[in-house]
Amino acid sequence: MIYLSKDVIQHMLKDGANRYPEECCGIIFGYIDDNGEKTAEYAESAKNGYDKVEKRRRFEIPPEIMLKAELTARRKKLDIIGFYHSHPDCEVFPSEFDRTHALPVYSYIIMSVVKGKAVKTKSFVLSAEDMQFSEEKITVCSKE
Amino acid sequence: MAITVLIPTTLRSFTNHRSELELEGNTAGEVIRSLADEYPETKKALFDESGNLRPFINVFVNGENIKALQGNDTPVKTGDEIMLIPAIAGGAPIESVLGDTKGEKLTNEEILRYSRHLLLQEVGIKGQKKLKAAKVLIVGMGGLGAPLAQYLAAAGVGKLGIIDFDEVDETNLQRQVIHGTRDIGRPKVASAKDSIKQINPLVKVETYNYMLTAENALDIISEYDVVADASDNYQCRYLVNDACVLLGKPDVFGAMYQFEGQASVYFAKEGPCYRCMYPSPPPAGLVPSCATGGVMGALPGIIGTIQANEVIKLIVGGGETLVGRLLNFDAWKMRFRELKIHKDPNCPICGEHPTITKLEEYDYADFCGIKKQEEEEAPVEAIEANELKRRLDDGERITIIDVREPHERAITKFLDAKVIPIGQLERRQNELDPTVDTVFVCKEGKRSILAVNTLREAGYTGRMFNLKDGTNAWARDVDPSMPQY
Repeated sequence: MIYLSKDVIQHMLKDGANRYPEECCGIIFGYIDDNGEKTAEYAESAKNGYDKVEKRRRFEIPPEIMLKAELTARRKKLDIIGFYHSHPDCEVFPSEFDRTHALPVYSYIIMSVVKGKAVKTKSFVLSAEDMQFSEEKITVCSKE
Repeated sequence: MAITVLIPTTLRSFTNHRSELELEGNTAGEVIRSLADEYPETKKALFDESGNLRPFINVFVNGENIKALQGNDTPVKTGDEIMLIPAIAGGAPIESVLGDTKGEKLTNEEILRYSRHLLLQEVGIKGQKKLKAAKVLIVGMGGLGAPLAQYLAAAGVGKLGIIDFDEVDETNLQRQVIHGTRDIGRPKVASAKDSIKQINPLVKVETYNYMLTAENALDIISEYDVVADASDNYQCRYLVNDACVLLGKPDVFGAMYQFEGQASVYFAKEGPCYRCMYPSPPPAGLVPSCATGGVMGALPGIIGTIQANEVIKLIVGGGETLVGRLLNFDAWKMRFRELKIHKDPNCPICGEHPTITKLEEYDYADFCGIKKQEEEEAPVEAIEANELKRRLDDGERITIIDVREPHERAITKFLDAKVIPIGQLERRQNELDPTVDTVFVCKEGKRSILAVNTLREAGYTGRMFNLKDGTNAWARDVDPSMPQY
């Protein structure tokens, strides 16, 4: 389960629409409790490391940006709990490329952005046992 | 040297939720190794199958990527800080297997013909142009190949390649709806080409009236964007799969037997291949062909049409394809089921360390046990239908055993043969007289070989014959009033 506030969702949807037809990507900061339930505090857009042509169906958050994000999280006493990216004009399910580049624990939130509008959002978690994705429930909460 | 290692969220479930560890080592590589030693569960996330650090895990020493320093050998000393930082990546599934088709144009005639595609937002002009630019190879022009060719031609695929070495015979017509009664005896590719042209003269058709082999597969398949496997044997399925993996093409798979059908899309770039799902074929002869076991006539229509549907989606782009899923269909119970299939990192052709890199060097017949079957089984004595007739007419005492199924005997009885199903032969061998020659009979002389071998293994010592080409040969050569089937 991942709890997302309306603000976080708004941020992601906007990012997906603004960067269409390219893939958007970003980092989600928050907390993970002992049961593995996650609560997002905020999300931040990240640069897509791929070159122009590839950006339509690939994203990479470069290690330098990830390093900065890790340091920021540490300073704010938060965790990096997951990442979001968009599939422009494409289904919302993780691709084989997503799977082979994913790591356990993190939430991978995918938005299907069709003609510039995010139409579907789902979250997936990679299992450490069989390295396969399974869907994770998203609960929308209003920010306290 | 005690080094501080900062653990990213993804690994903390393996480090008792600790985000900071003190570990020993003189180089960055040594420290990572001691992390893996101390917390073995981190290995799977950190290292690939051959024990190398995954390429998207970056190691930073005091804020600097070790790639810019001395890699794993970067020296570290007490007080240094190591951070493991994943490079997060991903992406959308394939949009279309075709590249840019902007240059393609549709004529007014084509716009009218494909109107019902153009009205679909998901296909539209863009998708129809892709179909026009697309080249699809259909391997096999039988039950599955028929609807594939018909629907792909109707959908406006620019070029269809069809490969089949066989000719049309009467028993094909019950399901191979691309061929008609007047096509009997013609090469299947010639008959299919006529039908395709009748459906849509705008489609270019290339025919290959021979077998797909390890020698010609790459040359032929490299000409196409998508391959549809509509073949009826394992040897061909592995060959098509392997050629597609090596050339980076999708293999749209279909298979069927009696009432059951299967379909999937094997596309190594995006998911598992046929070998990930079936590392080896079943022993030769274990799974009977449609010619022996029969097949429901409409079944290939359903499976082949599913294949055509998947081919169209791969070309147009979008939707959810059968990549990573095996669809099972039971025509008798009318049920669809779906199995998830995973990519096997140890797959010999699409895995991380492939061992099959050249088709010509791979013995497909041997892999599928075809040679073995031919070599290992001691030859079974065969008797021609005419010869059996002559010996019976001479008044010779011969025992005839019919091993066919009851519903087959309902089609036609064979003389006054004794009926013993293969499964009961061993138990009932004492009903045979070893001093009298025994002839085993089935429809086409294949199961009767199995019968002879079964009894031989069971220790039966009498002389046994296999009626060559079965009851069909008797009907053909001796008694034309008897039906062939």
